[in-house]
Amino acid sequence: MTRLIPLLLLTLLAAPAPSLGASDGPARGLAIVQESERRDTGWRDSTVAVTMILQDRRGQKRERQLRLSMLEKPGNAGDRTLTIFDSPPDLAGTLFLSHAVVGGDDNLWLYLPSLKRVKRISSSNKTGAFFGSEFSYEDISAPEIGKFTYDYVGQKPCGRLTCFVVERFPAYRNSGYSKLVTWFDTQEYRPQRIDYIDRGGQFLKVLTLSGYKRYSGKFWRPQTLTMSNNKTGKTTVLRYGTYRFATGLNDAYFSQGNLRNIR
Amino acid sequence: MKAAACLAGIALLWAGPGMAEPSVSGSVEAELRLFSQSPAVPGRPDSRLQFSGAIEATLSDDWNGGADRIVVTPFLRFGRDGGRDHVDLREAYWLHQGDGWSLTAGIDKVFWGVTESRHLVDIINQDDALEDIDGEDKLGQPMVSLSFYGGYGTFSLYVLPWFREREFVDFGERLSGPAPIGQARFEAPDRIGYALRWSRSVGGLDIGLSYFNGTSREPLLIPTGAVLVPYYSQIRQGGVDLQLTSGDWLWKLEAIRRSGQGPAFWAATAGFEWTNPGVAGTGADLGLIAEYSRDRRDPVLAPPTIYDDDLFLGARLGLNDINDTSLLAGALFDRGSDARVVLLEGQRRMGENWLLSVEGRFFEGAAAGDPLATIQNDDFLSVRLKRSF
Repeated sequence: MTRLIPLLLLTLLAAPAPSLGASDGPARGLAIVQESERRDTGWRDSTVAVTMILQDRRGQKRERQLRLSMLEKPGNAGDRTLTIFDSPPDLAGTLFLSHAVVGGDDNLWLYLPSLKRVKRISSSNKTGAFFGSEFSYEDISAPEIGKFTYDYVGQKPCGRLTCFVVERFPAYRNSGYSKLVTWFDTQEYRPQRIDYIDRGGQFLKVLTLSGYKRYSGKFWRPQTLTMSNNKTGKTTVLRYGTYRFATGLNDAYFSQGNLRNIR
Repeated sequence: MKAAACLAGIALLWAGPGMAEPSVSGSVEAELRLFSQSPAVPGRPDSRLQFSGAIEATLSDDWNGGADRIVVTPFLRFGRDGGRDHVDLREAYWLHQGDGWSLTAGIDKVFWGVTESRHLVDIINQDDALEDIDGEDKLGQPMVSLSFYGGYGTFSLYVLPWFREREFVDFGERLSGPAPIGQARFEAPDRIGYALRWSRSVGGLDIGLSYFNGTSREPLLIPTGAVLVPYYSQIRQGGVDLQLTSGDWLWKLEAIRRSGQGPAFWAATAGFEWTNPGVAGTGADLGLIAEYSRDRRDPVLAPPTIYDDDLFLGARLGLNDINDTSLLAGALFDRGSDARVVLLEGQRRMGENWLLSVEGRFFEGAAAGDPLATIQNDDFLSVRLKRSF
């Protein structure tokens, strides 16, 4: 008996859920997302410098420098995200803090350095533009598994790779989307592309994630995110620098009380 | 002199810890104020244009792996006319951060509260009344503050050793009062003030409780001969601020109880902010604000307020375009009279480093004796061009 258990475990690991019966779309979709999450567990915290490039329909460009820190929380506790703006200079020091909440609205705070004011912002603001970009607050919030229901669509080619295509349906209020069609590559379960379908069922925008780099032998991070808005013709590109993991950031660092101390 | 001595002290501190590369940031701005009418007070010069400039720079540096920091922010406004010239140290402090706590010593700014039309519980810093009439600009306050933060929220203790007097626009200029301002008097000139605050978020609710014991930031203006003498009482003030964030709605309340200026009184501001993102499919955000203020202070023994029984209605539009264009329009209506204050604000980025902003302040219907009576013809539109670095 005792010998059987490790063998059973081995079988389970070797055959992840996606290869189970093809008929059960929701279960299969969930299994793919869970596998993607499982492979990306244990990074603890991360910090990365990002260049945000906004481009409007006429080709006008604006650049913003920001730093993004994240704290991994186990299970359904909801990851913490802190965005620090470094440029343009009049925006420098502006902070955006997000505590992801599974089964509710995320808690979002802005810190305005000129007034030294911490301002809680409305969760419905999540469909609003994140600092003039094509990303909404909702898009940059941590995609906790429990925030969505799922459906598996099938396998499709995505560039040189093959992808599992999974539809994610927001299970929270005030989403700007009816669904997010998310493409995970079959090799490493990395999100390669997300099609955003608005509440009216119209294709709104598409995010492509490219230039994946592997850190610590297992954590894949894209170097470039490109969000193209089909309706407005505007694009936002995020170029990521080198990630640093497990630098010892903790809950206190991601608390509202710490906002005025962050530089 | 005081400011110069402070600066010298900071310069010495700067040389002390042997820091590598202090960072410098700030802004330079030019401001043009246009007044549309002749002053309400007869005999005052009918100046319609005011030109001024302002510089603010922040020098800061970390050491000890970021655990210690010094920040110094001098501010200067200067102009040919307008009577608004002043220098201030907005910040000049040392900050030490531990795990879940921080200690600040020096000159700093602290903001408390949630409402938009009035900042009732916010009491640590003196208003910079020369910059604007909206109470958003503050003078730096000398303090030692200790904060703890964690799952229990944030708990802060402030010791406030020196007091900053309110500054007034030079008599006779636009936006100045009915008489020259005399030498200030104090109930307790050398008393050290202190304050406590606890704040916490529980789900969609943000709660703040505060207590202040010290010199009132608002002076009572006592007519003495030909001048108005600012009189600063000792006050005790308890405050509560609440915000409930629910869907598109932010519900807000600020309330205080204050004693030390005539009979003890309470005051409150309550209202909501409603946000509609992506209005009409444009990607622009529209916010509507409605707030009601009530203030039960003694009309003679306490400093005057315009928020005795007033309703504020406002709208904010953010275009979310590449230039961050935003507009704010609002009006404060006094329910007991026809007095109202109308505010307009708009701004737009020009390139990476320039910001163009327009602000309008309009005063209507103030009767004689109303705090706004002497400035009721000082409606103005200001155009600012700011370059940040």
